[in-house]
Amino acid sequence: MELMELSDRHIRLINALQDGLPLVSRPYAELGRRAAMSEDDVITTLEELLDRGLIKRLGVIVRHRKLGYRANGMAVWDIPDDQVADIGKLFSAQPFVTLCYRRPRRLPDWPYNLFCMVHGRDRDVVQQQVEKLAHDCGVTDVRRSVLFSKRCFKQRGAKFTCKPNTAMAAE
Amino acid sequence: MNDFEKNLLNDFQRDLPLTPRPFEKIATQLGVTEEDVIEALKVLKEDGTVSRVAAIFKPRAVSESTLAAMAVPEDRLEQVAEIVSHFEGVNHNYEREHRLNLWFVITAGDRTEIEHVIDDIEARTGLAVLDLPMLDDYHLDLGFHLQWN
Repeated sequence: MELMELSDRHIRLINALQDGLPLVSRPYAELGRRAAMSEDDVITTLEELLDRGLIKRLGVIVRHRKLGYRANGMAVWDIPDDQVADIGKLFSAQPFVTLCYRRPRRLPDWPYNLFCMVHGRDRDVVQQQVEKLAHDCGVTDVRRSVLFSKRCFKQRGAKFTCKPNTAMAAE
Repeated sequence: MNDFEKNLLNDFQRDLPLTPRPFEKIATQLGVTEEDVIEALKVLKEDGTVSRVAAIFKPRAVSESTLAAMAVPEDRLEQVAEIVSHFEGVNHNYEREHRLNLWFVITAGDRTEIEHVIDDIEARTGLAVLDLPMLDDYHLDLGFHLQWN
């Protein structure tokens, strides 16, 4: 893996992208005005960020709850450390798993180290999918829990200021 | 929701055309005008179906973030949730069914800023915040195929 430091041009565009694309005929030209660069440079820089995997996707971000995906289950698992990467990749291969992260345990409060998000219209379906996940990936014997979401207090895109010294990317 | 809106939502969650007039290109694919696409996106944004048209960054590559959790007494949940949501760095904040009943994501330019937010929330609420930064990402794709009722 090769570390790539972001240039000033990348950082200016990342910061200009915080509020999303303006809904106008030439959004990249408008982004360029915010980032003090040309429309062509915006497009080229976006291509680079996509190629390098720093931007995972560029497009319409929908609010799933609004579309009826109300059963949002966060399935959490206590997987032995030497197996967590393999299990995480197996989980990710399931079409109904939309996010899969390893996070630290915080004992005694929090014994789980693998998190995956299962979005569904129906709570029972989400439970069955988690059951299937455990069965198919051979982890029926580990401690797990499904935390369903209730109220959503806030949901919007992240806002931050990208800083040169932290803006390093693998790959 | 009509078929045009469904296609607009489903088919363009990724790969927004990188041409000077991306909405015109989408319009051509959907058999409508550029103005129809822009107007529909504005309406869907207004009613909350669309959050925005934007880039999703690889986690922790261009910013730092963490998932945080708190065990909040039921009668204080709304008040504490409001304090948490008030922070600029908090972008998601959900109640979940668990003893740890408030879950939120904090994003900032670096780890120090995140720790400031956590310290500040603990000071203002008198409650502990569990800090669970991502260590590995096995999957990041919320642009899944939508199923309509």
